[in-house]
Amino acid sequence: MNLLIGNLGQASVILAFVAAAVAAYGYFQAARGRALGEADASWLRLARGAFFVHGAAVLAVVGCLFNIIYMHRYEYYYAWSHSSNHLPIHFMISCFWEGQEGSFLLWIFWHVVLGLGIMKFNKQWEAPVLAVFATVQAFLVSMILGVVVAGTKIGSSPFILVRDFLTDLPVWKTNPNFVPKDGTGLNPLLQNYWMVIHPPTLFLGFALTLVPFAFAIAGLWKKELTSWVKPALPWTAFGGAVLGVGIMMGAYWAYETLNFGGFWNWDPVENAVYIPWLVLIAALHGMVLWQRRRTGLRTAFTLVVATFVLILYATFLTRSGVLGNASVHSFTDLGLSGQLIIYLAFFSVGAIALLAYRWKSIPISEKELTAYSPELWVFMGATVLCLAAFQVVATTSIPVYNAFLGFVGVKSNMALPADQIQHYTRIQLWAGVLIGILSGVAQVLWWQGKKDKDSVLNALAVPTMLALLGTALTVLLVRYFGHSITPPFVVLLLAGLFGILANVTTLLGLWRRGVTLSGGAVSHLGIALMLLGILASAGYSNTISRNVSGKLISREMSDTDNENNVLLWRNETGAMNGYDVTYTGQYLDVPGVPDYVNTQLLYRTDDEYRAVARADIKGGDKVYFHTGDTLEIRPENTYYRVNYEDKKSGQKFTLYPRAQVNEEMGGLLASPALQRFWDHDIYSHISSVPDPRKETPWSPAIPHELAVGDTLFLNDYFAVFRAIEQAHDVPGVKLQEGDIALQADMIITGEKGREYHAHPVFLLRDRQVGHVPEEVEDLGLRITLDQIDPVKGKFTFAISTTAKDYIILKATEKPFINLLWGGTLLMGFGLLLSMRQRRAAGRTATAPTPASNAGRAGAARPQVA
Amino acid sequence: MVVIAAAVGIIISTMSDASTYSTFSIARQQAAAGNSAKVHVVGTLPRDAEKHPVGLEYDPMTNPNYFAFTLVDTLHVAQRVVYRNPKPQDLDKSEQVVIVGAMKDGVFEADQILTKCPSKYVEKDLGNTGPPATAMTSRSTRK
Repeated sequence: MNLLIGNLGQASVILAFVAAAVAAYGYFQAARGRALGEADASWLRLARGAFFVHGAAVLAVVGCLFNIIYMHRYEYYYAWSHSSNHLPIHFMISCFWEGQEGSFLLWIFWHVVLGLGIMKFNKQWEAPVLAVFATVQAFLVSMILGVVVAGTKIGSSPFILVRDFLTDLPVWKTNPNFVPKDGTGLNPLLQNYWMVIHPPTLFLGFALTLVPFAFAIAGLWKKELTSWVKPALPWTAFGGAVLGVGIMMGAYWAYETLNFGGFWNWDPVENAVYIPWLVLIAALHGMVLWQRRRTGLRTAFTLVVATFVLILYATFLTRSGVLGNASVHSFTDLGLSGQLIIYLAFFSVGAIALLAYRWKSIPISEKELTAYSPELWVFMGATVLCLAAFQVVATTSIPVYNAFLGFVGVKSNMALPADQIQHYTRIQLWAGVLIGILSGVAQVLWWQGKKDKDSVLNALAVPTMLALLGTALTVLLVRYFGHSITPPFVVLLLAGLFGILANVTTLLGLWRRGVTLSGGAVSHLGIALMLLGILASAGYSNTISRNVSGKLISREMSDTDNENNVLLWRNETGAMNGYDVTYTGQYLDVPGVPDYVNTQLLYRTDDEYRAVARADIKGGDKVYFHTGDTLEIRPENTYYRVNYEDKKSGQKFTLYPRAQVNEEMGGLLASPALQRFWDHDIYSHISSVPDPRKETPWSPAIPHELAVGDTLFLNDYFAVFRAIEQAHDVPGVKLQEGDIALQADMIITGEKGREYHAHPVFLLRDRQVGHVPEEVEDLGLRITLDQIDPVKGKFTFAISTTAKDYIILKATEKPFINLLWGGTLLMGFGLLLSMRQRRAAGRTATAPTPASNAGRAGAARPQVA
Repeated sequence: MVVIAAAVGIIISTMSDASTYSTFSIARQQAAAGNSAKVHVVGTLPRDAEKHPVGLEYDPMTNPNYFAFTLVDTLHVAQRVVYRNPKPQDLDKSEQVVIVGAMKDGVFEADQILTKCPSKYVEKDLGNTGPPATAMTSRSTRK
């Protein structure tokens, strides 16, 4: 029991909180009543020092928490509930942020990094911007404070001891210093490399939304109503890229690991990040409009504030427990709801009040917007993004309405829509259509020199014609392959193609003019590709695991559309839509062996993490383990080997969908396996299997008396008893001197003439008889060498049988899903590109003028067209 | 104006698509009245003395896409439910079951089954969940 590390961590948490509060006050005083860049030096020094102390304290907290996990200090609740002895190190990193406290800490950490970045890159803005940062930090650190003040618990500390948390356990009465031997472990579902990189990316995205917000607040406060946009722009573009890619990482992980059959589930937790991202992208457009075209400043202010408020709302939704049973993620209430509401209210009320106070002085553009000015189209695009976000927020908040109405005494029983996909698609599809069209038109106009009717129409003519042509062609192809296409899909296809072509045209035009790559056009191209990827993979997801065996499954089975799962017996080939599919056995992951290992080669021991090799475990020519070796296994996941053969092309591949023993998720959990082709994925997962945790029910053993050379008929198989020999290696038994170990050598012929060797062992030690039976999983047979009659030369075998192993499989084809992933990368790349361009633009513009008034020059600068 | 109209349209669509938490009696009345709207029903599985759920009907050898069971709703009304998919693996252990669907020809046709297990907790992305309030009372939901 090590109490020091926890105390150290706890002290650091308190120090981090106090230092953040001091920094907030110091920066506030430094900036108060002074023009931008002329902050009070002594206050600034104090505040900066406090922020450094805060940063160091946060690092100390991170270090202490990681030490607790890494050293398996199970006296701490956090380690006990999120880690275990068997966890490899890279997953210990995931444990760190599996809990709410750790993920708050991750978020706090990124804010520290960004705060230091602003100190370095945006010196004159330091005081007012970091005043906002430090205030946010004080609120966030208070969530992990774990201090009781006047009877109210503030925050939930990650350094709480098991004995202080689970106070009811009887063990404390007998042994107050009891330390659990092992932790309860990281949810096996999260033992995935995406869980190592997805949360840090997402939280960096979360943290980056604070930057434009802090700049906007600083601008409002210091009456720098226009100059904040330029320094905030590159940060915002970076935030858009990181958050967008972070969301799609989550989608990719869900696609690869979860069994709900797709990359997006409209789960409240997914929505909670999708909403602020949409608004952040809209805000980015508002800011670019101001920076480049001197219009849309009010829009930029409003959307930047809205983004941050929505991030706070998302935090409230996902961490307060209000979602209850509306989400597949279960969120336990840490008792932080009150604190989260105060956090949300403080910044939303404060920011909105400040914005309202300055609203009248925010400059507006006198420019008349016509249909030929790109500004109008960008505005419309931003509006569509906001409306799309609005629909998701209105629906996702249904549990909040119930909670609120319940709070004021009205009983409400509203539930989320029964068909969420249909509900969201109805609006999001059209938002996608509009985004495709608007982004294309706006990009073309933005780079178009002359803004008169003829040249604009000329510029748009080519992509429009090509898009129409491409749509017609695709519709014909889709029909030709026997699929139907509904009018909304046709429109989305057209819009997506138009978006691609218009942006490609723009890029080509710029390239010809020798202009650098436009980040905007690249990211819009990415978005258009994503739209088509979503349309194809979700709209034309095709279930191939239909029952085509001809065997009718009657009984109330009117609705044949639901027959999306097939039963496959082990080693019997089943026919699916276009494929011959064979399930050929169960496999386990063995560290040190590159391929999965057939469970028939493993003799399981009492320690579930260890097994004994029944035969040499080989990969190619290399022998990894010899017969009788004890080896480490990962028992959580059972992989079901499924061979596919395309009936037409004869192409073969093997997939290993897995089922995971996951008590936290209520038992068995299936994860899919994917076979990737350039134009589609084959996605298959187990829907049901005989429970691998349950003991196999064997039939009563039937004795058979055989002599060497006899043949035995067992149901559909026959076994030849070839010889009796001395056994040298007996799995699971260490032979001693004086033992007599005999094994029968049998060859059993199974389906398709496949042969299996079986070696049941008869063991004699100190006149005691022992049996080591042989199980042939493939055939559902257990053979025991029961008695030996040396006089007659007869051997009695006891044979038990069990039901044959089977799996129930669901397989779908996801066409063109690579467009979605490729589009995502392109979008992220485009945003990073425009971040660099905005930063470069900022530098060249500031270089000739003295740094102190560079910002203000903006309003007078001529338009960059 | 267009924006406001669109926003109002979105609110209306949300309200009209929203389902309700209901009971079997109400679901039956709805079906009798010809209303095919899908509802959420919260209930529990009837169990025998050894806490094993009774009345589960799933025989994958006959039909892997047919699972039928009885659910008792919060007003203690029992109803046969049909789910045309493989049986969810975690159903046996679940404390509470939420089904989404509608009555059809005397049985409740469920499209979705959400189970709550007496287990620790569930977590997917964000790393957003925390430890349970106590290890015993926390719940999880999954689809």
